[in-house]
Amino acid sequence: MTSVLVVDDVHASYGRFDVLRGVSLRVASGELVAVLGPNGAGKSTLLKTIAGFLAPRQGSITLDGEAIGGLRPPALLRKGIAYVMQRSSLFPKMTIQENLELGAYVRETTDEVRTDIERVLALFPRLAERRRQRAEGLSGGERRMLEIGRGLLLRPRLLLLDEPTMGLAPLVMDLIFDKILEVRATGTTVVMVEQNARRALEVSDRAYVLEQGQTRVEGRGEELLRSEAVRRAYLGSGTAGR
Amino acid sequence: MTAEIVLQSVVSGLMFGGVIALVAVGISLIWGVMDVINFAYGEYLMWAMYLTFFLYAGAGLDPLVSVPVNALVLFAAGVLTYRLVIARVMRGPIFAQLLSTFGLFVLLRYAAWLLFRPDDRQAQSLVSNGVVELRVSTGELVAFVGSVLATTALFWFLTWTKTGKALRAVAQDREAALALGIEPDRLYAIAWGISAAAAGVAGSLVSSFMYVNPLVGDVFLLPGFAAVALGGFGNVYGAFAGGLVIGVVNVTGGTLTMPKVKLALVYLVFLAVLFMRPRGLFGGRRQ
Repeated sequence: MTSVLVVDDVHASYGRFDVLRGVSLRVASGELVAVLGPNGAGKSTLLKTIAGFLAPRQGSITLDGEAIGGLRPPALLRKGIAYVMQRSSLFPKMTIQENLELGAYVRETTDEVRTDIERVLALFPRLAERRRQRAEGLSGGERRMLEIGRGLLLRPRLLLLDEPTMGLAPLVMDLIFDKILEVRATGTTVVMVEQNARRALEVSDRAYVLEQGQTRVEGRGEELLRSEAVRRAYLGSGTAGR
Repeated sequence: MTAEIVLQSVVSGLMFGGVIALVAVGISLIWGVMDVINFAYGEYLMWAMYLTFFLYAGAGLDPLVSVPVNALVLFAAGVLTYRLVIARVMRGPIFAQLLSTFGLFVLLRYAAWLLFRPDDRQAQSLVSNGVVELRVSTGELVAFVGSVLATTALFWFLTWTKTGKALRAVAQDREAALALGIEPDRLYAIAWGISAAAAGVAGSLVSSFMYVNPLVGDVFLLPGFAAVALGGFGNVYGAFAGGLVIGVVNVTGGTLTMPKVKLALVYLVFLAVLFMRPRGLFGGRRQ
């Protein structure tokens, strides 16, 4: 399989402080890849760097073989990278419909976009019922669905999700993971950062574990679930890890 | 004091309030989208009135005909202001932004003083000398209707067009907008253009019945600010309603008491509202 995304030895920093200190990963077309690791490992920073909110100080990022490191978010969107940030990023005073329309901002407004909006609403029926209501009235899980749906309106080559289940109740979390699997099933390549390592490993094809800004472990989801080292460090079973 | 006089003053107040509403919407748009207070807004309006006057004196253009010309010229001036001045101070402390629009205020006012002298001038329009029912001058009525139409057009733009939606998105969450490919810088420039164009339209509309001199901006700026605060900072719909209220308080209050205190009354209402509802009458957060 060809790689959609290749991150090679990327270093990135806020000010003088290096957060990423040599991260490498590859994502194949159609894969669902999880990025795990303790707090402060640089997971979110990695997604921000791929999405263009932070420029790599060193190393390269390629999308379908084309170097994209250092490009700004609007340029990356046009190349097909959609990014759902960790914090809530909806426009609360705008309707669900309007939020979705803005997801397709860089596309020409055509019937194709309108069809895509219907498709996203079909994927998230709870949003369809409330499309004329303001986003501020949605529950935490519904907000996440709207954010993911808004990302899909780009018809992305690569969908980046930063902690899509953060702060959600377990049942809602399951629902979000199901939806992410549905999205992957439509052929969208997904990279997600997750705190909930066990569930993330269960649903993903492959995973990377970051620690102190570097890639430490890489493997298939079920392999890592069985790996003693990973269990101890990140899954909270066995002796208490960090 | 008869009921007829009160009614008359309320109607006159509404006429003036319509123009203040347009001014308030223009100020509120910039505040709502990028948290900047444009102290120079009244001076844009003053320059728009001079433009109207010179188009009239030089080319015989009726002030009403110059509305679209004014809108376009002031739109360009607004974009230019953003690109040359505001964009550069946006990363600085808030004082840099306050001082730069205050600096623009001083510059625009005294440039006009230097160039045009402090004389009163007035353009004449087809509608300058008419009077309709209740002794409202035709000019004021046309200014009111024109302001309401311009505001309606702006609301329509903000509600239904792609750029209007993007403007609201940037106002609510700049970074989230950027993550969708909406370039805040481009939309800020557009917001400045539209805001200044509103001053351009208002300037043309009032030129048929008002004298222009370098200090005329004050007539609009302070009531405009009061209307913005009344309507809830950054809420353009509230600003419109606030403008109508301020207009009526200004004229009716002055009629019922003494004309000299009418501005004082405006601020009394303004303070009372802020005291009871700090977010403004139509409070709440950003639209």
